[in-house]
Amino acid sequence: MKALSQRRRHPLAAVALLLMGLLITGGLYAAASSVNEAQAATTYSASDVNEGNKLFVANCATCHGMNAEGSPSGPSLVGVGAAAVDFQVGTGRMPMQMNGPQAQEKPKQFTDEETKQLAAYVASLGAGPAVPDEELLDTSKGNSAAGGEIFRVNCAMCHNAAAAGGALTRGKFAPSLAGVSEKHIYEAMATGPQNMPVFNDSNITPDEKRDVITFLKEIEAQGSPGGAQLGSLGPVSEGLLIWTAGLGIVIAFTIWLTSRPS
Amino acid sequence: MSSTTEYRPKTSTGRIADFVDTRVGASQIVKEFGRKIFPDHWSFMFGEVALYTFVILLISGTFLTFFFDPSMAHTTYNGSYNPLKGVQMSVAMASTMDISFDVRGGLFMRQVHHWSALLFVAAVSVHMLRVFFTGAFRRPRELNWVVGGTLLVLAMAAGFTGYSLPDDLLSGNGLRIIDGVIKAIPVVGTFISAFLFGGEFPGTAIVGRLYMLHIMLVPAMILLMIGIHLFMVVVHKHTQYRGPGRTNDNVVGFPVGPVYAAKAGGFFFIVFGIVAAISGFFTINPIWNYGPYDPSPVSAGTQPDWYIGWVDGALRLMPGVLGNFSFEWIIPFPWGDNNLILNVLLPMVPAAILIGAMFAWPWIERWITKDNREHHLLDRPRNAPFRTGVGVAGVIWYCVMWCAASSDLIATHFHVSLNDVTYWLRALFFLGPILGFIVARRIALSLQRKDREIVLHGREAGVIEMSPEGGFSEQHVALDEYKLYKLVSFESHEVLPPEADRVGHVTRSEKARGAISKFFFEDRVAPVTPAELEAAHGHHAPAIEASSENASIER
Repeated sequence: MKALSQRRRHPLAAVALLLMGLLITGGLYAAASSVNEAQAATTYSASDVNEGNKLFVANCATCHGMNAEGSPSGPSLVGVGAAAVDFQVGTGRMPMQMNGPQAQEKPKQFTDEETKQLAAYVASLGAGPAVPDEELLDTSKGNSAAGGEIFRVNCAMCHNAAAAGGALTRGKFAPSLAGVSEKHIYEAMATGPQNMPVFNDSNITPDEKRDVITFLKEIEAQGSPGGAQLGSLGPVSEGLLIWTAGLGIVIAFTIWLTSRPS
Repeated sequence: MSSTTEYRPKTSTGRIADFVDTRVGASQIVKEFGRKIFPDHWSFMFGEVALYTFVILLISGTFLTFFFDPSMAHTTYNGSYNPLKGVQMSVAMASTMDISFDVRGGLFMRQVHHWSALLFVAAVSVHMLRVFFTGAFRRPRELNWVVGGTLLVLAMAAGFTGYSLPDDLLSGNGLRIIDGVIKAIPVVGTFISAFLFGGEFPGTAIVGRLYMLHIMLVPAMILLMIGIHLFMVVVHKHTQYRGPGRTNDNVVGFPVGPVYAAKAGGFFFIVFGIVAAISGFFTINPIWNYGPYDPSPVSAGTQPDWYIGWVDGALRLMPGVLGNFSFEWIIPFPWGDNNLILNVLLPMVPAAILIGAMFAWPWIERWITKDNREHHLLDRPRNAPFRTGVGVAGVIWYCVMWCAASSDLIATHFHVSLNDVTYWLRALFFLGPILGFIVARRIALSLQRKDREIVLHGREAGVIEMSPEGGFSEQHVALDEYKLYKLVSFESHEVLPPEADRVGHVTRSEKARGAISKFFFEDRVAPVTPAELEAAHGHHAPAIEASSENASIER
């Protein structure tokens, strides 16, 4: 103890302290983030991985590299996890049809089995978010009000308060969430596809993710209490309706009222 | 004064009516007002639509006040709408949720109120456009134009204060923008904001204050202005389009009683029916989607109602920095630095210009044309190409800003880049009004030329004749007198060069006026004179032989 207090004014003491601080923070962060990824359930068989590897080389390697190490045309897939593959391939975004501001949803190109094999291969490359269990997608266990609050704070700025979608810069956009399956919503949050940020499990816990899904599914199922919702786009579509249909009908009546048989 | 009437009613109803009439003089008012003549044209009815939607607003608004609680105290929502159950919100939001889901007919009444508000401002706007493009604002109606402009501003104020009341996310975001604009006012902005919100935004006072403005002060002012507006309409008499028998000194149309009383009464219910049908079928301002206000989230697709959209659009168009040039200026004062937030202040300039020019236009036009006569006959827009050009320029300027408020939806729905939409709209902000003026004026002049052509040579009959020589020509048919009158009876301003004043000096403003006059009226199409008509018809005798009536118009 005495030695420590003697050396506390040593020229290198500050550096040592900084180093110590960094090591502790980094160590803790590494521990925390590996806790997040620890759920990567490895239930894939060796044959899944093998088949997935073949599919990958045939369909994905052009952009992502022979060993998914990435290339100038596509990012590395090491550590993106099975969830990312399941989302991108399962919604048809991958393989990408053409280059553009972002990958577009389209009819999916692979069967569920092939998607699973691809996911198995990518998951074998490094730990990452896994395809969520049914338990985490069960909307009967979620709380839609809590999910709504999380949605408004984290998601609505891009996806719109009613999940109708919205614009991002330079042609990118946040899609509408109507009709997106529970699993894909979960995976999107966990992996952050396209321009979406990653909401990992310390950011939004799996239970909270389930709440968000519950909220989305509930507002989708309940319909619109007030009549046709005009795309849930807010005052713009409302203004458009009153200036076209509203005023149009009014003008038709004014013409009728002032017309005379002459 | 005792009643000197000899009239003795026979029935008891008659006696009661006579009792009331001899004390309030209603029959005299009905006699005067009931014989008031109003001309008939569909474009004259938008003012009525505005009036009726305002009545609908008063009725539905009264219903809403029974249930709305303008308090910003915190509460936990526990109503019928499940996705918000247990969520913390203000009492104002909770009571609006209750109106929507737990008051019988409440959601319908909310939607009636909101839809009729949108239609109200739209009707006011279209009415003003009609008045502008037909020149109905000219002497003696300049002041009524100003009253109408004030009504438009008040309508926007009524709309915005109402939009902000439910304290949902959308309205809170709107208030935040207003707060930002107020705070951008140099030196006093922060003080005004603190005064308005009772401290730092959002505070706990603003909804209650806006509520007082929304249900008392603004509607009272609108009612007062409507009173003045209608009084002046009665005093000035209604304008009319030009037509045979219609002069600057008469009004041709139907009397208020009984024709217009019935038509207008029926029209009220038609408008009410349209609003009710829209409210029944289409949702508006679904606050349950937006959720309670919280200063941190801003939802995509956050826009104000349409009538505030153009101001929001001006803000969206304004760049924050231009290359290395920042629009935020920091001005050092002895007491410390003051910020001049030009990227928020400058977008308010177009709004001020547009509204200022709108109010001042009757005087601007009078100054340029030196036309100080009374006008009770309306212009067809094509017959005032300069005014139509200016009006279209203003409308396009407005619409560019209006579009900018929905730039994100344009981007997503037309699959284009948001940045490109903004760049195009920025260019159109400057070029649009200029192009609009030129194109609209040219179209108006061309239509006038077409009218001239039709007057002089008749309308194309669609019958092709082959002459004995083998040439082809189309038959032209002369118009009947009534249609001809419409095409020849208009006034066309001529260039008025700068004039010297009494001491022979041409002032600078007079020179400017002369230049504008030259710019506006250099190209003009004069109305066809009787002599021209006769000459034209004389030359084309075979073509118009069929109709001999057209001679009578020349007298």
